[in-house]
Amino acid sequence: MNSLKPYIPLIAFVILVIGFAVGLKQGDLRKLESTLIDQPFPDFSLTTLDDLGSNITEAELKGSISLINIFGSWCVACVQEHPNLMQIAQTNRIRLIGVNWRDSRVKGRAWLDRYGDPYSLILFDDSSQLAIDLGVTGAPETFLVDHEGRIRYKHVGIVTRDVWMETLLPLIKSLESGT
Amino acid sequence: MIAELGHILLITALVIAFLQAVLPLWGAAKNNKALMDFAGRAALLQCAAIIGAFALLTTAFVTSDFSVKLVAEHSHSAKPLLYKITGVWANHEGSMLLWVLILSIYGAMLPIFGKALPDTLRARALGIQGLLGVGFIGFTVFTSSPFLRLENVPIDGNGLNPLLQDPGLAFHPPFLYLGYVGFSLAFSLACAALIEGKIDAIWARWLRPWVLLAWSFLTVGITLGSLWAYYELGWGGWWMWDPVENVSFMPWLAGTALLHSILVLGTRHSLPSWTVLLAISTFSLSLIGTFVVRSGVLISVHAFAVDPARGVYILSLLTLYTGAALGLYAWRAKTLQAHSGFDPVSKSGALVLNNLLLVIATATVFLGTFYPLFIDAISVDKITVGAPYFNKTFTPIMVILILIMGVGPLLKWEKDNSKNLLGYVKKLAPVFIIALVLFGLTGGSWGGALGLALAVYITAGTLFVVWRRRKVIGSQPAGFFGFILGHMGMAVTTMAITCMSVWSVDQAARLNIGESLKIGQHTFTLSKMDSDQRENYEYLAGTFSISKNGQELKPVTAEQRYYPVRKMVTTEAGFNLGIKDTVFAALSEGNKEKGWVVRVYYQPMVIWIWIGGIMIALGGFVSLADRRLRFNTNSDQI
Repeated sequence: MNSLKPYIPLIAFVILVIGFAVGLKQGDLRKLESTLIDQPFPDFSLTTLDDLGSNITEAELKGSISLINIFGSWCVACVQEHPNLMQIAQTNRIRLIGVNWRDSRVKGRAWLDRYGDPYSLILFDDSSQLAIDLGVTGAPETFLVDHEGRIRYKHVGIVTRDVWMETLLPLIKSLESGT
Repeated sequence: MIAELGHILLITALVIAFLQAVLPLWGAAKNNKALMDFAGRAALLQCAAIIGAFALLTTAFVTSDFSVKLVAEHSHSAKPLLYKITGVWANHEGSMLLWVLILSIYGAMLPIFGKALPDTLRARALGIQGLLGVGFIGFTVFTSSPFLRLENVPIDGNGLNPLLQDPGLAFHPPFLYLGYVGFSLAFSLACAALIEGKIDAIWARWLRPWVLLAWSFLTVGITLGSLWAYYELGWGGWWMWDPVENVSFMPWLAGTALLHSILVLGTRHSLPSWTVLLAISTFSLSLIGTFVVRSGVLISVHAFAVDPARGVYILSLLTLYTGAALGLYAWRAKTLQAHSGFDPVSKSGALVLNNLLLVIATATVFLGTFYPLFIDAISVDKITVGAPYFNKTFTPIMVILILIMGVGPLLKWEKDNSKNLLGYVKKLAPVFIIALVLFGLTGGSWGGALGLALAVYITAGTLFVVWRRRKVIGSQPAGFFGFILGHMGMAVTTMAITCMSVWSVDQAARLNIGESLKIGQHTFTLSKMDSDQRENYEYLAGTFSISKNGQELKPVTAEQRYYPVRKMVTTEAGFNLGIKDTVFAALSEGNKEKGWVVRVYYQPMVIWIWIGGIMIALGGFVSLADRRLRFNTNSDQI
């Protein structure tokens, strides 16, 4: 046993490397289909980020196509995603709704002040009320919801320029022409 | 031409690094002096080539040469000169070039300042430094070349992100890298000593200045990073426990352990295996830091692989270097023998405890940072480990560490007597208890009182050491003053962190003119709103009058700025930075009818977090002046 002792650091390290390697590989397996596709957006009743007295429900989603983006000030990937959302907002192509998830009002607001606020409406979901019903596994996640308030697409991870141009925008166009 | 020349210089450096790796290691094995002497010259040449490449890239940025892809993507002709220069490393390719630049500078310093080292040890250490160079210069050349050209040269660059133009971002990475990469010398010297099978007190003294240098820079880097996050992000956080911060903190914790274990090895000839493993681990943690930041593996469980190819490359390098070093250790461990043990009641004993605790602390941060990754590997569920985990696990370890920190330095190096220890405890315990009760009764939080009492206790313990040596204070080595500064800095930081964690308050609400918001003893009243135009932006300014317990303080003005050209809104918080209390207010969207969304913060003692951090770093730099560490002295004079 004693002769094995010098090998312990090496063995521990090998296990660690395997963990990292699996982690890197895992990135590709991240395409999970949501069971929520084509289902109505879950019922909710939340306040907005800035107004404690407000009350917004799923009824708000009816009547126009919306892109609903889950974010939080603690989410590092959201910082990377944010400039893309800012650009999407500037095209005025779609109503962008933010869900500030597991955050505090001060931190969420401070974050938007720093990186810009692309949202026309920001729901405050600190206790994961809506996030649990949406089956959110992490931030950022983005849902495309049609005029009738049904979820049409779910994107896990950063909405990159490619995701917007190649997936979301064509979907939005087809939804628009459908009505 | 500039870009091509830069690329050629990088390739030249790669070739030199390869030769620097192979020839001296071979020479050391064959005891061929000429081959060994080549190591020093190669290190200097390699450094010169990379300095050249870096200077050329900087030239491309300064002259706004948009035919270079990197410049076109990350710079702009209208950028201020300072940010053109710092733009060089504000992107992946450039920051990797900075990484290898610093690696080569450290490599070049070894032959200059390490003349006292035996030829074989120096040659081997430089050879290993060359191996590191091969890997990382290769990474830059093959996966992240900063010198790629664009076929269609744009008229102007597209990188004028005002958020990235900040002195904090400009100076934070170089310091961080000076720390990270500096530990490469500890790694190289450890591997070289393992090859030679000789790890003793003299080796520890050779190692110490390099560890001190790297560690001090890393301390500055982390402190600046924290300060930058605080004022630039404007949300009142000075430490988020986010993965990018954690991966810089882990080498610091391990480096702190290394710094102290070197003391034991250097004085008492004990802990050789432990010290060598720490030297390897500290640099490996730095590599992991680079891997994590560069591969995006942890940026979020979602945003995997900013670029998987780069991640794979760095992971392979990490595996190769650390794996080889640990393999070498496994092979040579038998030859490492401690000349003496240590007694539990002695300075060495206290330092061993310090080391254990620091290693546990490192492991705790490591687990918290990488937990999501491993959970991810075995199940689909993602579990986020946030600040609460770190606060709960890290704080108790620090409390015990600080308890040892107060009394440890008072003990003798060799076996001290338990009666002495009891004597010190009897002197320090009342100070601690009085402080605890006093703060507990006045502050209304026993957790807070504990933190403050610990700070008082380290101060008392450190001053006690000073008092005991008061008659010989003039003849104390620089290391002694470094110790005082470092430990007092730790007391200051502990105090400030405690105050911030326990007594800071923030609040957000919608206010109209004349309305106010109260947090703790402070009342913020939105007294007036202005809007006008200035230079290239329009602004909306809210002035807040602030009173503390009815007493008026200096008002602050928070602004929201709109830059029409770039259609960007920025928020400037109104700060009232004080030695004791810091208060600030920030203004967000709103209008006359609904009122404006405001955030207000009260943060006691916050600036002392960074003052303490800088004191700790200064402690390291002061210790470097110690004549016992003089680089060029002969080994037998030490």
